[in-house]
Amino acid sequence: MAGASSRSGMSAALTLIGKRFASSLLTLLLVSMTIFVIAQLLPGDAAQEALGQSATPEQVAALRHEMGLDRPAHVRYVSWLGGMLTGDPGQSMVANMPVGEVIEERLPNSLLLAALAAMVAIPVALSIGIGSAMNRGGRIDRALNVVTLAMVAVPEFLVATIAVLIFSVNLRWLPSIALASSDMGWGEYLRGVAMPVLTLCVIVIAQMARMTRAAVIDQMDRPYVEMAVLKGVAPVRVILRHIMPNAIAPIVNAMALSLSYLLGGAVIVETIFNYPGLASLMVNAVTSRDMPLLQACAMIFCAAYLILMLIADVTAILANPRLRSQ
Amino acid sequence: MTDILSPYSRRGLIGAGLGVGAGLLLPDSAMSASRPRRGGRIRAAGMTASTADTLDPAKGANSSDYIRHYMFYSLLTQLDRNLIPQLELAERIESSDQINWHIRLRKGITFHDGATLTAQDVVWTLMRHKNPATGSKMAQIAEQFAQIRATSKQDVFIRLTGPNADLPAILAQTHFGILREGTSDFRTANGTGPFLCAQFRPGVRTLARRNPNFWKPGKPYLYEIELISIPDETSRVNALLSGDVHIILAVNPRSSKRIHASPRHNLMVTPSGLHTNLIMRQDRLPTGNPHFVAAIKYLFDRPLIKRALFRGYATIANDHPIPPFHPYYRADLPQRALDLDKARWHLQRAGLKGTRLPIYASPAAEGSVDMASVLQEYGSRIGLNLAVNRVPADGYWSTHWMKHPMGFGNTNPRPTADLMFSLFYKSDAAWNESGWKNPRFDRLLVEARGEANQAKRKQLYGEMQELVRDYCGVSIPVFINLIDAHDRRLKGMYPIAIGGMMGYQFAEHVWWEG
Repeated sequence: MAGASSRSGMSAALTLIGKRFASSLLTLLLVSMTIFVIAQLLPGDAAQEALGQSATPEQVAALRHEMGLDRPAHVRYVSWLGGMLTGDPGQSMVANMPVGEVIEERLPNSLLLAALAAMVAIPVALSIGIGSAMNRGGRIDRALNVVTLAMVAVPEFLVATIAVLIFSVNLRWLPSIALASSDMGWGEYLRGVAMPVLTLCVIVIAQMARMTRAAVIDQMDRPYVEMAVLKGVAPVRVILRHIMPNAIAPIVNAMALSLSYLLGGAVIVETIFNYPGLASLMVNAVTSRDMPLLQACAMIFCAAYLILMLIADVTAILANPRLRSQ
Repeated sequence: MTDILSPYSRRGLIGAGLGVGAGLLLPDSAMSASRPRRGGRIRAAGMTASTADTLDPAKGANSSDYIRHYMFYSLLTQLDRNLIPQLELAERIESSDQINWHIRLRKGITFHDGATLTAQDVVWTLMRHKNPATGSKMAQIAEQFAQIRATSKQDVFIRLTGPNADLPAILAQTHFGILREGTSDFRTANGTGPFLCAQFRPGVRTLARRNPNFWKPGKPYLYEIELISIPDETSRVNALLSGDVHIILAVNPRSSKRIHASPRHNLMVTPSGLHTNLIMRQDRLPTGNPHFVAAIKYLFDRPLIKRALFRGYATIANDHPIPPFHPYYRADLPQRALDLDKARWHLQRAGLKGTRLPIYASPAAEGSVDMASVLQEYGSRIGLNLAVNRVPADGYWSTHWMKHPMGFGNTNPRPTADLMFSLFYKSDAAWNESGWKNPRFDRLLVEARGEANQAKRKQLYGEMQELVRDYCGVSIPVFINLIDAHDRRLKGMYPIAIGGMMGYQFAEHVWWEG
């Protein structure tokens, strides 16, 4: 019985993954079109931005021709799309090197930062969420509630700036800028990213903890929990065995949202700590009107979001027997 | 030493007009007892980082590029603290008619790859600026090179299209950094400069190691410089204060207090020719009306702009682009000041009372939004109704600059008066911002360029300053000082008015006393 249900669960998940994969491709296509159109509406183009204030019309025209910007917009889009389909994201107009190389340097930084933040944030958020749900209405719950609300309310640039003032300028414990370079040891790297990770955690922990608490409490009011409690099951076991399998879907969903934020939304943290990540690269690409680079970044963020959402949905299906059999 | 460092005393010095020879404003170390010593690693932080960072001197576009290029490349000449060109790779530069120039190179100078510098390298380096494919920022200036050839292994002959006494100063711009003939790969640098390029990652960092074979004996002093960029100003200042970097470029006047409060750090203020100017297009109405232009020029409260917008870190300007410390500055030209009565009179003559006029300002032109607001406030007192249109910095230069009857421009310091006037004030210049046309000015410009007699030159440039001040549709209220900050253990710093961090040349001159 259990075997059969898990098999049908797997096949349901596989169908879902298949369908999602197809719709993801469509989403990516639509997103790339939207970004392309919006970027066309921005004043100036890559040639004008590269030459800056001191550009003469002849220089702009020459550079435009060199960059291929003198072709009509739809032709440029189609040729970019063609390149993407064959796995070539094109040439960065500003850096004069393949987009792949530019991203290759930044993507690991972003992934590492997001992974570290997730490794810290997820256990902490789960503990806070479950802890306050178990003490619902109690002092710990109220205290945690106030703390998480405050964390949600405080903007990250403030958290980051205050952390820098305290830990680097005054105490001089941690570096104020996160210099990620390949010749760094792990210890040095971790010291460098301690504050960026901390700042990112402050934001996502609060969101995840509140979602966890809500999801757990939602289940606690159900009759089956009451039954388990009346049976005399220990509280921790009630939470882990009975409640969590049912509450996991919304929790994973909240986590997936937070994690996708860690990747693409880290631009403020990247700016303040001067961390060479993907989000600031994308902002860079927007201001320099570097379309191939901008598109590539957008595709990565969009794909990461879609993958995380897919993982959340698959988890929900596998965790819920009713969805499994559907 | 701290007394000398307080902003008040330094401002006092500048105000007193002692700025000639910005070197008089020596902040600290150069005058203290510290002697140059070898060794030390520092980290320097500039303000711009992008994938457009380059090691090709011809393409240098911003302060970080200039700093990087001065580390790796030497030039034929270099501007000293009084903006006078001094000989570098050139041993002699001579001309009798300012058209035909003979340059003799120093002997025994080697590139980082071991090759010896020859006249061929210089010829090739200078000529590549004329090739459109190079994408040189100096393409326009290089147009005056009619012919360049090597006459021997050490001698270069340059013939210009017209007389230009400023050639030695022109060659001091970092874009003319001397490359080895045929260089086409700029993933690393091969120059004759004080540092070797150990690593270059665009938008991330540049690692420079001491060149043991540098041609100036004993120099440079530092063993290693890591150049990074921290675009966010607050982060940059924090990185300095926390000791993560040892020198930073471009400190906001608002942050100067924080650096003063630190016992471990110094500010270095460089009076410069950088300015934000109001443009009144002469080919449009009503801004083309001379009375309107005069009214606006009397409407600027320059001391207020200096005090409130730049916290005193500015020099009052006189509606022309030559700053007071410049060798050709004309000191006897009366300073224009706020005069509401004169402004009102001119406005009446222009017949514009009560009209509503838009004025375009943007954070792209530093301080312009606040300047526009100040102007609006004073304008309302004489019945001039100005509407401030604040537009985004992004795309400002291509979409708004010079395209409205009234808007702001922002101009970096140029090494010579000729470049400033030729690029921005000549009638047919591409960036003649206000579109003014003054035949007398154009004649003087050509005459001054070919004049070798310094006194005569100064007089010619003086008259041009007067013409711009009185008739040009551009108003320049103040020159903006450049503010850098550095760790006190970094010694040997002094300002060079061409840019921050000693005119971007600090790498070669400073030493570490730690």
